[in-house]
Amino acid sequence: MRFLETLRTGWDAIRSHRMRSALTMLGILIGIAAVILTVGLGLGSQQQVSAQIRSLGSNLLIVTPGSSTNSSGVRGGFGSASTLTAADATALASPVVAPDISGVAPVKQTSLALTANGTSWTTSVVGTSAAWAHVRSRTVESGRFLSDTDVADSAAVTVLGSETATELFGSTDVVGQTVTVNSVDLTVVGVLASAGSDSSTNLDDQAVVPLSTAADRLIGGTNRQSVSTIYLQAASSDQLSAAYQEAEALLRQLHGIAASGTADFNIASQESLLDTATSVSKILTTLLTGIAALSLLVGGIGVMNIMLVSVTERTREIGLRKALGAPPGAIRSQFLVEATVLGLGGGLLGAALGIAGAAALPKLIDTTIVVSPIAVGGAIAIAMAIGIGFGVYPATRAARLAPIDALRSE
Amino acid sequence: MTEAAFADGLFESGTAPIERPVFTAPAVDTTSAPDPGSTPVIDLSEVTKTYSTGAVEVTAVRGISLRIEQGEYVAIMGPSGSGKSTLMHIIGCLDVLTTGSYFLTGLDVAAMDQIELAEIRNRHIGFVFQQFNLLPSLSAWRNVELPMIYAGVGRDQRRKRAIGALERVGLGDRVNHRPGELSGGQQQRVAVARALVTEPALILADEPTGNLDSTATADLLMLFDELHEQGRSIVLITHEQEVAARARRTVRVRDGLLADASGRLAGFGVPA
Repeated sequence: MRFLETLRTGWDAIRSHRMRSALTMLGILIGIAAVILTVGLGLGSQQQVSAQIRSLGSNLLIVTPGSSTNSSGVRGGFGSASTLTAADATALASPVVAPDISGVAPVKQTSLALTANGTSWTTSVVGTSAAWAHVRSRTVESGRFLSDTDVADSAAVTVLGSETATELFGSTDVVGQTVTVNSVDLTVVGVLASAGSDSSTNLDDQAVVPLSTAADRLIGGTNRQSVSTIYLQAASSDQLSAAYQEAEALLRQLHGIAASGTADFNIASQESLLDTATSVSKILTTLLTGIAALSLLVGGIGVMNIMLVSVTERTREIGLRKALGAPPGAIRSQFLVEATVLGLGGGLLGAALGIAGAAALPKLIDTTIVVSPIAVGGAIAIAMAIGIGFGVYPATRAARLAPIDALRSE
Repeated sequence: MTEAAFADGLFESGTAPIERPVFTAPAVDTTSAPDPGSTPVIDLSEVTKTYSTGAVEVTAVRGISLRIEQGEYVAIMGPSGSGKSTLMHIIGCLDVLTTGSYFLTGLDVAAMDQIELAEIRNRHIGFVFQQFNLLPSLSAWRNVELPMIYAGVGRDQRRKRAIGALERVGLGDRVNHRPGELSGGQQQRVAVARALVTEPALILADEPTGNLDSTATADLLMLFDELHEQGRSIVLITHEQEVAARARRTVRVRDGLLADASGRLAGFGVPA
């Protein structure tokens, strides 16, 4: 019997039991849609996280202070110590000592209230050097960024994030205006171009001031030399590990820590941040995909169950077909085709539902779903394989039925 | 039963054998045949069939020898449990025999495997069952085309021949009706059309009138008479005397043996 005839016979059988076939396909459909959506969600969140981390800048190393232990023995977390200083940053910027480091931006950051024209807005005040814009891959939308002179002179100037400017003045066209922070009048010299937000901070809501201005005039206190983070930029991605080693060696030397001792600082690369941030979502994706795959397995068992019912129910038909001259192979093909069509149909519908869900879900909840063609193609292939795999046993059983037993059954 | 007695009653058929394509000529005893040149449609010799259900062995057929010539119309009669169903299954190549030999139109069926038997059933036997055994989801002509699908006949040809066969049984205006839309008699005629459509050597009808009322029975038997007149070989299994009476020869089965080889009921024969 030709393949087309087998296909037609299988299709007729599926059509003549519409409800049952639809429910069987539903099992596969849900499984496939679930697989596509969970894989899409995982890929989406990984993409989101990596976009956030890349938004920090490129070829970036982030130096943070180590943990601190206060007089009563309470140990703080990473970054709580004040071991990094502006002097460290100056040393790292030396092209002789650290030739692979092309940019250094020490950051002293705190949250302060800004006032302008009677409007007050509390935001993150970032004291840093002129290199910050380059290191963090930021540009100004209007005006200019801080200059080395500003930093050297502790000038009363600031560059505002676009949102900060809008909150204070109602527009971003604010170059030349004055904002007051802790009774110091700062002249706005520039506005940063929008950069979105990373996981913890809104990159458009900050006020950038010279590091010296922040330390001496705005924040004050006893630890005026300490900085909260030093951003280092390697000259190129190939020089990233060299830059890492130079920074490590130099900081150990400056802090008087032997190579074997525990460093009082921590250097992280974007890659290591990325790995850490995506590892959780990778594990979650694997777990969820596993659950979705289980539902596919259940769908496959559904196909097998229905095919076995179908074989039992159609024993007389099988007997008749055999009496009329169908060889065992033709009967087997007929039931295999039926199971395959059920699997494939469920797979195609499931893929359609998954793609539709991926398009609709981000509109309902704040998430990104990336539908990968590989996942969709793979899911459809798996659905078909499930149909075939779980159809083999019922089909073989049908093919093995003795024609007289089959004809006799009621 | 002796071989002589068996042979005596065997070929007193009312009609002469019709020439059919001869396949191979097996070594058969043709001394008592009316036409020594033709190959019998059915040639069973000393056939036994034993079923083993667990520890118990049941011998349903104990040694039956039977020859049916081409163009014969033979009824096989017997009470329940006589082994006539088993005999019918063996003749129809639905079951394999335990010992003995069986040549169907000269082909050694006993030596064949499942796939070859399927082909034999497809090419040489047309079945008519008591339960009609039509597929309810298919229209009349699609039911009739079924054996041709397995024979590998092209679709247009199948449709043409299926409709031709339906016209021959008087259902030319019902080709697109489903079995559920047809009366019992009409359904059985669809089944007859399905049995005819491959031009088989043998039409094997198992209690074909068992589910029919008397009018439909009369119609069907009339149809068989016509087919017989056209030279078809027909074997009819029945337990109804008046149905068997329409055949030109009756073979009785009792306790797995041919009880009365000369059991033809010529006196009751009703000419078509």
